[in-house]
Formats: sequence, C-alpha cells, structure tokens
Amino acid sequence: MTGSPFLALQGIAKIYNEGRHNEVRALADIDLDLEAGKVTVLMGPSGSGKTTLLTLVGCLARPSAGRVTLEGRDISGMPERFLTAIRQRTFGFVFQRFNLIPGLTVADNVMLPAYPLGRPHPELKARCRELLEMLRIGDRADAPVQWLSGGEAQRAAIARALVNDPAVVIADEPTANLDTALTAEFIGVVEMLKAQGKTLILTSHDPRICDAAVVDRVVEMRDGRIVGGR
Amino acid sequence: MNRTIERQRYLIDFTIASLARRRGRNLGLFAVYTLLVFVLASASLLGYGLRKEARTVLAASPEILVQHLLAGRHDLIPESHLAALRDIRGIAAAEGRLWGYYYDAGMRANYTLMVPSDRTIEPGTAIIGSAIARLRNLGEGDAVHFLSPKAKMFRFGIAGTLPSESELVAADVVLVSEADFRAFFGFPAGMVTDIAVSVRNPKEVATVSAKISRLIVDARVVTRDDILRSYESLFDWRQGMITVLLAGAVLAFVILAWDKAAGLSAEERREIGILKAIGWETSDVIAVKFWEGGLVSLGAFLVAYTLAYLHVFHFGGALFAPALKGWATLYPDFRMVPEISGQQIATIFFLTVVPYTLATIVPVWRAAIIDPDTVMR
Ligand SMILES: Nc1ncnc2c1ncn2[C@@H]1O[C@H](COP(=O)(O)OP(=O)(O)OP(=O)(O)O)[C@@H](O)[C@H]1O
Ligand SMILES: [Mg+2]
Repeated sequence: MTGSPFLALQGIAKIYNEGRHNEVRALADIDLDLEAGKVTVLMGPSGSGKTTLLTLVGCLARPSAGRVTLEGRDISGMPERFLTAIRQRTFGFVFQRFNLIPGLTVADNVMLPAYPLGRPHPELKARCRELLEMLRIGDRADAPVQWLSGGEAQRAAIARALVNDPAVVIADEPTANLDTALTAEFIGVVEMLKAQGKTLILTSHDPRICDAAVVDRVVEMRDGRIVGGR
Repeated sequence: MNRTIERQRYLIDFTIASLARRRGRNLGLFAVYTLLVFVLASASLLGYGLRKEARTVLAASPEILVQHLLAGRHDLIPESHLAALRDIRGIAAAEGRLWGYYYDAGMRANYTLMVPSDRTIEPGTAIIGSAIARLRNLGEGDAVHFLSPKAKMFRFGIAGTLPSESELVAADVVLVSEADFRAFFGFPAGMVTDIAVSVRNPKEVATVSAKISRLIVDARVVTRDDILRSYESLFDWRQGMITVLLAGAVLAFVILAWDKAAGLSAEERREIGILKAIGWETSDVIAVKFWEGGLVSLGAFLVAYTLAYLHVFHFGGALFAPALKGWATLYPDFRMVPEISGQQIATIFFLTVVPYTLATIVPVWRAAIIDPDTVMR
C-alpha cells in the first residue's frame, strides 16, 4: 500500500457556526495526502486549525466542503453511524487532556472502546494486559485513573487508543503537559508503534517532537491553511 | 449473535459501574422514589382492600332492609308489619332487628348496641367487639358499666368477645339481650329498629322491594346493592381525597426527577462525548443511560411495592388507615386479606416509572447526538 495515499484530503474547508454572526473559518483549501505507516506532525501556532484538521481526519467531524478519502473510499458524506463504525476499527485517539473516565480503573478505561464490538471477555482482558505491559503500566491496571501521574495517564490513554488494534493513531498535543524525560519516553512509544506498522498523526508545537528522528513528515499550518512542510 | 449478547453484557456491566460511581446521587434518588411509590401503593392497596372487605361483610347482610321514615328520617318500625311481609310471595323470611348507637363519653367512642338474631344473650351480660375490648381493656369475666341515655347506670358482665375476622364492621359492636336493649334505650315495646328481609330468588329483589313499598307506604326499602354502592362511593371519596394530596407529592417528584435528570452534569456530558469519540454509537450511550434510570426506578418500584404490601397487609395500613377509614378512636386494626390486582400495579407503574424514564431519556438523547469532536476541545 506504500506509495498510494492511505488517507487523502481534497479542497477541505471547515466553518464553525456557518451563517451565524459567530461564524469561524477554521480551515480553508486543505489538500493533504497521508501515507500508511508514516509519522506525520501537524505544526503551527495556536488557533491555526490543527485540532480541527485532526477531527476531520479521524472522522470525528465532517468537513463543510471538500472530500476525505480513506483507502480510496469517499467518507466525507457518510452518515454518523458509518463514521462511528470506521472510527471503531480504523482510528485510536489520544486526546490532549487524555479524557479518561474518572471512577473507573485503568483496565476498564482501556477496554471501553471494545465494548460496542462485543469481543469475548477473556480475549479482551488479555489484550488489555498485553498493552499495559507493553507501555509498562501493568501494575497500575486496577488503580482508579484519577490516581495516575501525568505520564501514567498518558500511557493509559495510549493503551485505550490501541485496544481495538487500529491502523491509525491520532494524538493531539501529546507532550503538552510532559517534561523532557517523559517526552523522550513518548517518542520511544511512537517509535515502537511505527515499528508495528501503525500510521501516526500528531499535532504539536514542541520542537522536541517535530525534530525527532522518527517523524517522517511535518505539515506547517497558519490561519487554517497549510503553509509549508518537510 | 454471541457478539450481541457479549455487547449487551458489557453495556450492563458499565451501567452498574456507573451507578456505583455516582452512589450518593443514585441512593438519594432511590430513597425519594421509594417513598413516593410506597405512599401511592399503600393508598391504592388499602382502598382496594377495604372495598373488598366491605363487599365480603355485606354479602352476609340482608338482601332487603325495611325502615320506617318519619319526616324523612329513620324511625322505629312496628313489629306488626312482620306478618304481612311474610305473606308476600317470594319472601323467604322477615325479621325485626334491634340496634342503636351509644356514645361512650369517657372513651369518646361510638358503639353499636345490637340484639343478635342468631344467638341468645343472657340478660345482664354482653358480648363485645374486639376494638372495644382493646380500648377498655376488657376480657371475659370482666364487667362494664354504661350510662344509659336516660341517665341510668347499667352493668354488663362480659360473656365473650367477637372474633375479629370482620373487624371493619363488627369491631364496635356490643351484643346484648332484648330485654336489656329495650330497658337501656327506653325502646318502646312492639317496635324494632328495622326489618331484614330475605328473598327466595335473588333475581326477584327488585320486584319484592316494590311490593313492600306498596304494602308499607311510609317505608324506605334499601337493597343490599344500594348499601354496597354507598359504601363504595364513601371509599371512593376518601381515596379521592388522598389521591388529590398525593398528586401534589407526584408533582414534586416529577420536578425533582426533571431536575436530577435534565440537569446532566458537565461531567456526565463530557463522559458521553468521550464514549462517542472512542467509538460508541449514540444508541449504546442511550442504552446505558436508559438502564441507569431504569434500574433505579424499577428497583425502587419493586422495593416500595413490597414495603407497601407489608404495610397494608401485615401492619394494617397503620400509617394512614385513620384517614382512609375515618374512625378516629375506634378504628379496627384488622388484617385484610392480601389482595393485589394487576391493573393497580400497572397504574402505579405508569404514574412513576414511565415518566421518570422518559424524563431521563430526553436530555440524554440531546447530549448523545452532539458531535463527538467536542471532546477534542
Ligand atoms: N466548536 C467550535 N466553534 C467555533 N469555533 C471553533 C470551534 N472549534 C474551534 N474553533 C475555532 O477554530 C479555530 C481553529 O481551532 P483549533 O482548535 O483547530 O486550533 P489549534 O491549531 O488546535 O489551536 P491550539 O494549538 O490552541 O490547540 C480557532 O479560531 C477556534 O477558536
Ligand atoms: Mg488544538
């Protein structure tokens, strides 16, 4: 599949509150091809539209104009239910504030995305264990998530993103709250996932991320447009 | 197929975990809910049971009662009518009854003094209803003094108490001999309180009572069905009053439910957003929230109905029997025969569980259709 775009955006625009006085043009004229198995970082100042672009790529929202193609299939006009199904199987999300559900244990949080798929419980538990071990928080599996440190919470969030074994992992500002040591560890995790063949799409204005060797591509954004990259 | 079952199991597990996480809120809700259903169900069971009870008691009462009217009021009737009545075709038996009310000023209670037709009481003795026995702490072998309306003191030896099966009607009864009865009230000889008539063929009650009206022109003829109807309307009325009071309680509850349910906390909204973003369908989210509300209301409903059942049938509806039965001092504390109707349960179910579940579903549905991208903010 290398070479042909895994995910393609053509002429994308996103307008919030369209037609109302508080209308915001968050994205305009976005053309972007993403290859499978690569690490891409969206970079740009605050308000440039990075998060908005991630929501479109990850099927969390639909563009106001333009086309999103996933493995050759146009998904921009699909109804909510289909988008949900695609999200379940293709994307794993690591949110900026992790968004773990307080009161539930680490293991329960990690298994949440698998519930609607109805996977057999023993299999799901084993998968959860395996992920937590891989991310070296196996001993925290039964702790309520509100007890976790920032680094542990992020690992739990990553484990949750991986539980359905998605092809693409999306992370918004993954290192915003992490110190240098934890950032280095995060880059290590990215390397591991890339080695497993995952496609990663991140946003960041952190030079430690953008300059990391594992990153294949940096897309620079400003005012809702792509202004460059390497 | 297996996946569907497994999926439902996961959703139910998650629901139970969610209930446990918001323990305080859910317990509070459960308590209020239980109280409301308990009160509603008790009132309904009690009213229903009482009516049933009255019907049982009346089944043993005469098919036709003949009373004398004087200036539109109940008056004594001469025993001499008996012979003429017995001559009417279709009448199986006619019997004069002697009964009257006595107000016990010391106890501030009303008793019914009667002369029984099916047993003889020795003069100077009395058989008393169980409520009087309790009230005045009397038993067989004791004696009781009643001050007659003519200000004469009468002494009765207690020869026994009445069994309490039909307590609703017999609790306040004092059975005495005819001689004592007439002496106590100064009741004129040759007169009785009313006449009980039984007919050969129950279908002829209407015809026979018409004949009696023609024979005794100043009589009021009351059939058992008439009495039953007036009992029923009395109970309906009292139950109606309670229902009006309860309507207020239900309203308060609806407001509470709306507030609790409609005011989805920011935390819950966020949780719904997270679930949707990580791949839950809108229907999964609604199912979980539906079960959350459903388990609380259904659980409370079952607990409350069981409590109400015990309250009414094992503790005699102690909490508000006075309001429903209306006898302040002498209300009988009898045990009603357990009796439930499906329609009754359904009515209370639809008054409580259904509105609550709807009240929870609407806001959840509104929250569940939000775009999943909101959690990225
Ligand atoms: N739901 C919304 N309604 C209205 N405007 C929005 C909404 N979401 C985002 N915006 C606006 O769209 C623009 C792009 O926002 P976005 O969050 O994509 O920027 P960003 O590059 O991720 O910024 P940051 O680095 O601060 O996270 C901003 O001007 C923002 O205010
Ligand atoms: Mg952002």
